[in-house]
Amino acid sequence: MRLDVRFPIGGMFTIFGVILVVYGLVSSPAIYEKSLGINVNLWWGLVLLAFGIVMLAFAWRAITPKPPEPGPRPPAA
Amino acid sequence: MLGIGWALRRVIRSSDDFFLSGRSIPAWIAGLAFISANLGAQEVIGMAASGAKYGIMTSHFYWVGAMPAMVFVGLFMMPFYYGSRARSVPEYLKLRFDEKTRALNAVTFAIMTIFSSGISMYALAKLFELVLGWSFHGSIVLSAAIVLIYIFLGGLTSAIYNEVLQFFLIVLGFLPLVLLGLKDVGGWSGLTAKLATVAANAGFEPGAWSHSWKYMDAPSHNPMGMEWFGLVMGLGFALSFGYWCTDFLVVQRAMAAGSMTAARRTPLIAAVPKMLMPALVILPGMLAIGLHASRGGFLPIGSDGQPEYNLAIPMMLGHYLPTGLLGLGLTALMASFMSGMAGNVTAFNSVWTYDIYQTHIRPGQTDGHYLRVGHAATVFGILASVVAAYSATRFNNILDMLQLVFSFVNGPLFATFLLGMFWRRTTSHGAFYGLLTGTITAALHYGLTLPRGSVPGIKGGFLGAVLHVYPSEMALNFWTALFAWTGCFVATLLISLFTKRTKTDDELRGLVHSLTPRIQEGHMPWYKRPVTLAVGILVVSTILNVIFW
Repeated sequence: MRLDVRFPIGGMFTIFGVILVVYGLVSSPAIYEKSLGINVNLWWGLVLLAFGIVMLAFAWRAITPKPPEPGPRPPAA
Repeated sequence: MLGIGWALRRVIRSSDDFFLSGRSIPAWIAGLAFISANLGAQEVIGMAASGAKYGIMTSHFYWVGAMPAMVFVGLFMMPFYYGSRARSVPEYLKLRFDEKTRALNAVTFAIMTIFSSGISMYALAKLFELVLGWSFHGSIVLSAAIVLIYIFLGGLTSAIYNEVLQFFLIVLGFLPLVLLGLKDVGGWSGLTAKLATVAANAGFEPGAWSHSWKYMDAPSHNPMGMEWFGLVMGLGFALSFGYWCTDFLVVQRAMAAGSMTAARRTPLIAAVPKMLMPALVILPGMLAIGLHASRGGFLPIGSDGQPEYNLAIPMMLGHYLPTGLLGLGLTALMASFMSGMAGNVTAFNSVWTYDIYQTHIRPGQTDGHYLRVGHAATVFGILASVVAAYSATRFNNILDMLQLVFSFVNGPLFATFLLGMFWRRTTSHGAFYGLLTGTITAALHYGLTLPRGSVPGIKGGFLGAVLHVYPSEMALNFWTALFAWTGCFVATLLISLFTKRTKTDDELRGLVHSLTPRIQEGHMPWYKRPVTLAVGILVVSTILNVIFW
């Protein structure tokens, strides 16, 4: 069976997101002096997590059986 | 974090090249693969370096260069590439012209891959130097060893697949950097204020770094040292069309599409994210030079007394990203460097072994023999890349060097393709000697001119006499490309008129515009037609040009 490219992309960013969020929650605030006082690990981790989950959701939707598409595609020339 | 990236890549690698075989790739993924083949770390580092060195004029690579060229590939060139069933660009040349034209292209392409891989190696070594604190020589050896291991472990089995992954890694790894940088300098208005200082220090009008067209009336008014004609013709026409229309690493991605319409739509879909890339790759460079001028010493000073523009991205990463997110940024860069190098060395290996050695030097040997030659070529390719990496140390902006290579290879080749695809009278001799003339013209122009402040040698002027001094390296590249294109075009045209055709109309069916049936798209709804997308792209890039005028 072939794998949809969105699975590994989604999986990878979900894992990256979780790691960054966890690290953002436990790390000392001192390291965020560089990033203008913003806990970028936490916030960007959440962005990556959301992106990863959306990708996975699309990939899952694509492999679940669905009714035929409206308007069949014209055959390739 | 680096480890996880690595482990995941190993898992992913085993899922092989389902991507090419699948005829049901969603169009947006094919489009992303198309720009990912081009958006390597090389581009990220090079574009940021240019953003620092030349300011927002670097966006011309996108909104004047890439956009029209990608539209042209999609609308006009793809029918012949896809329709001819050629698997690569050199193969198209063989079908359209003859074996010797293909061989010439194979040789110049092989040289280009070495330089390309060498430039990536240089940038990776610079990164190691900065992050690990090793010496440059040690870092080069480390980079060479890594790419050797990577290739022999079979790191390129699913190239397109990795590229799409890296595309997201680069976008999501660098976006926080841009956002933090912009917030720090006080938004666009804060940045223009800082860039005014940069421009004043260099002796230009205050807006020279933040206006893309306003100071293009004369070469002496802007940091790139170009006026509008040379820029539009040299970069917009010769270099960009040459690159996007003939670089087979890129074009191949579209050839993998499921149908003619999908293949034509691929570059057009790719153009949409491509249009927005300057925000991600040029802006960090502009931020870096702004900070360099206002806070002092942000970028290290190189041996030529100029800031080391190549370090704009690594310095910005280290400055803004804390432990954690920094890992993501570095992973994105390194993964991209490695596959960039490996991709080029592997391309060198296959071009040398199959297009040159097997076809012209020793045909009819056993498979084992060619396999050994291939391994030897890989090792040779890496050693040659090391030499190229050392020559890259002369350039404070790797994009200057990369475009120099493109001006030799892609500039003249585009003239060959243009005539070959749209004029059936173009002969094989015309194409071969025209291409040769074009490349020699490039060498003559490069050998007789010099960028300001450089000594004759790797940057030009090696033919003894220096007839003209350009204000910048990039200006020299644009004019080299334009000279090369013109040389190739005129020579191909004249020689074709005086030589006999070797291919009949029948043999050229599907390879030449006038002998290929028109594509019928009347049955498609208007919004699905490639033309609609193309017009939309051109309109939006015009708007972008006006906004940042």
